[in-house]
Amino acid sequence: MTTAYTFDILVLGAGLAGMRAALAAHEGGAKVAILTKVHPVRSHSNAAQGGINAALTDRGDTWEDHAFDTVKGSDFLGDQDAIEILAEEAGQDILALEHMGVIFNRNDEGRLGTRRFGGQKRARTFFVSDFTGQAILHVLYEQILKANLPVFEEWFATSVVRDDDGRCAGVVAFEIRSGQFAFVKAKVVIIAAGGLGRVFEPSTNAMICTGDGMAIAYRAGTPLMDMEMVQYHPTTLKGKGLLITEAARGEGAYLINKDGERFMEQYAPNMMELASRDVISRAEQIEINEGRGINGCVLLDCRHLGKRLIQERLGQIFEEAKTFANIDLTEEPIPIRPGMHYSMGGIKTDVDGRCWDPQGGWKGVPGLFAAGETACLSLHGGNRLGANSLLDTVVFGRRTGSCAAAYAQSVEEPRVNNSVSDKDHNMVQEFLKRKAHTDTVAAIRLDLGVTMNKHLGVFRDEEGMEEVQGLLPVFRDRWNRVAIQDKGRVFNTSLVQALELGMMLDCAQTIVRGAMIRTESRGAHFRTDCIQRDDENWLKHILMYHNPEGSPRVDYLPVRITQWKPQVRVY
Amino acid sequence: MPTTFRIKRFNPESESPQPYFQEYELETEQSDTVLDALIKIRESVDESLALRCSCRGAICGSCGMRINGHATLACKTKVVSLESPDGTVQVEPMNNMPVIKDLVTDMGGFWDKIRQVQPWLQPAGPKPDAEYIASPESMKHLTGVMGCIMCGACVSDCAALEVDHQFIGPAALAKAYRFVADPRDGASDSRLLALNTPGGMWDCTRCMECIEVCPKEVGAMDRIMDLRAKGIDHGIPSTCGSRHAEVFADLIEHKGRLDEPLLAMRTFGLKNIGQMLSFLPMTLRALVRGKLPRSGPLHRAIPGIDRIRRLFRHTRNLP
Repeated sequence: MTTAYTFDILVLGAGLAGMRAALAAHEGGAKVAILTKVHPVRSHSNAAQGGINAALTDRGDTWEDHAFDTVKGSDFLGDQDAIEILAEEAGQDILALEHMGVIFNRNDEGRLGTRRFGGQKRARTFFVSDFTGQAILHVLYEQILKANLPVFEEWFATSVVRDDDGRCAGVVAFEIRSGQFAFVKAKVVIIAAGGLGRVFEPSTNAMICTGDGMAIAYRAGTPLMDMEMVQYHPTTLKGKGLLITEAARGEGAYLINKDGERFMEQYAPNMMELASRDVISRAEQIEINEGRGINGCVLLDCRHLGKRLIQERLGQIFEEAKTFANIDLTEEPIPIRPGMHYSMGGIKTDVDGRCWDPQGGWKGVPGLFAAGETACLSLHGGNRLGANSLLDTVVFGRRTGSCAAAYAQSVEEPRVNNSVSDKDHNMVQEFLKRKAHTDTVAAIRLDLGVTMNKHLGVFRDEEGMEEVQGLLPVFRDRWNRVAIQDKGRVFNTSLVQALELGMMLDCAQTIVRGAMIRTESRGAHFRTDCIQRDDENWLKHILMYHNPEGSPRVDYLPVRITQWKPQVRVY
Repeated sequence: MPTTFRIKRFNPESESPQPYFQEYELETEQSDTVLDALIKIRESVDESLALRCSCRGAICGSCGMRINGHATLACKTKVVSLESPDGTVQVEPMNNMPVIKDLVTDMGGFWDKIRQVQPWLQPAGPKPDAEYIASPESMKHLTGVMGCIMCGACVSDCAALEVDHQFIGPAALAKAYRFVADPRDGASDSRLLALNTPGGMWDCTRCMECIEVCPKEVGAMDRIMDLRAKGIDHGIPSTCGSRHAEVFADLIEHKGRLDEPLLAMRTFGLKNIGQMLSFLPMTLRALVRGKLPRSGPLHRAIPGIDRIRRLFRHTRNLP
């Protein structure tokens, strides 16, 4: 038995990008619904601490400066037309957020105040204490309530459906609370389902960040791009890998090694602790590898910032350090290390979120859109600047929602049979019927994560990556046989985790393949066996198409360059 | 040393769905939180244990549950920090909401009450070209309530909600305060008016549980008191709730102590015969047991009342 619903547009995911897209599509006159595997305010956008970038001209900043910092941060892999849009439209979106009710920090004149962030020459990061993501997420949810948009809360999407013409026709999903499957028919599906952090262990990402959106789009036939570009954040806690915001360094905190030296002097004499994330993570890892760390970490020193500033502007990490590391930031430096944080790669889209090229330059799925960390325009290229991810979600969330609303008006209802959900329903039944087994989903996930972190982290090489490539089919095979103990329909979290692991395995395959193909070092992708950036051969994006029979099919697109020729990157 | 976790289970799909406790023994590490322990149980002992969790860092608000009798976030509670007489850690789903399965509750009612306060900014005039000008202090003040992650802990342990189901509850009231205290919002009057009704801001009994259990120090009860004060400042029509506050203060100013019968009479109004009559049985029972509080002329002002009156005059003259 399957229920069916019909909308013009279904948005998958309710973080900042998803909710911003839904609001824009609603304003564009479309009948919109949101489907999310957690309640909207539980989304991982919450975790963004430091802020959101915008160059406001009335502060003497220019969008061109912001764009250049972003291009340089991306190690020249970012597409400059998309980056120009990001920087140019940032101001209007920050103001829109302010008008919706975000309680941005103010300066003494009562206007929006800024702080400094990494990889940027000016202070252009707007913020709410150190919980900017949460503050914006809750305000966008307020707007969803105001617009009274239908939200399928705690529903898990299992696949994107295409009609006979190959157009997007909706999504198959089940309600976690009841186990009931449904086909949600829609002319447009906007995927805004976040990142894939849990493919790595540890990661700063929440447990829900399992790459579902990327995987189902990929399986539906649209390409993933630059998946090898995985950001390691320079300041994460040992153990679970919780994030310590870059705002700490933005406010002036130091990085020191076991001898108390501010080691960034050796690596980035101009920008020091505010060099871009890939540069700092590598510096830290070198310090640790060469014996100048302490138990696999270096230290972040906030003591000189003073108690008042720490509590007012870094209150959340002050609490976090106390709770999770038993450290008082005002009195001791805190041990930190690089940790997996963000996926620059994702579902290939154009600057309006389309997952297909109307000009036919590359193939995708008409009617499918994507925004946020799930998507890859590419804005962030080889390395994302801090506080550009929130900006990405609101600028391109809005653009995607508007474009999707216009597109939905221009096309007919997709023609598909409601029985399309049977296949996924049967797959789940098969999973539930499997006989008890010694292996567990948790064990496979841990093995995958640890392996990925070991060989696709800050430093990579051919040998290590080959080992992972050999192991992935083993993990896949284990997943094909693993059984889950809970056979119930109601809130079966082990079933959800088993399905998530399937998504993660698909993502992992594209990350490893991309990293092996790209025989250069650029941004976050640093190969100790080819340490130079190679603009002659690799100023291009790697696209990967799903191939159910085996290895992904690979294609390439040139980087779009408008005004900034690649140059040597020094901080 | 292993710790015993005593977890309240409920499986709606079992033959006779009844909640029960199940015990698990687990080795935990010094750094483990209750969430780490629950995940270990789920991953290595019993996959069917249902709970919500995501960020592990006290920001997503998913893992609200009761630990040793009080609602909190499992991810923020270290196992070693817990003390109980028999060394066990008791974990139960949140209170004041239906249970779906094990530690997973239905928060639909919670969100319905949030919706009731029209939780979105309602500015008075047209939008400015740039940002709204607002003092740094006003925005800093709001970070306190905006820190709320909607985990439900305050609602779970709210003593008033347990008996007064229509009470809108601490989370929704804190959310309402977030708008009333926002200098950009233009709907304070109508917001306060809407809360000046049965189930609204006067239903809080000031037990302080919401302040105790909040993992983000939102201080819901303090915000409710702020709302009441703003309501009176804004001249909302008097109700039992606001009269109770005013009469309370008036009695203290004149007698230095509470005159309970008079407080009840003046709060409900002498003309409210029905309400007054409904107190009669209780009054008679109190009389028989010699527990009827003194009232009226028999209940004199305490010695030193002048000093109390001086305090009142002083606070009135404060800016």
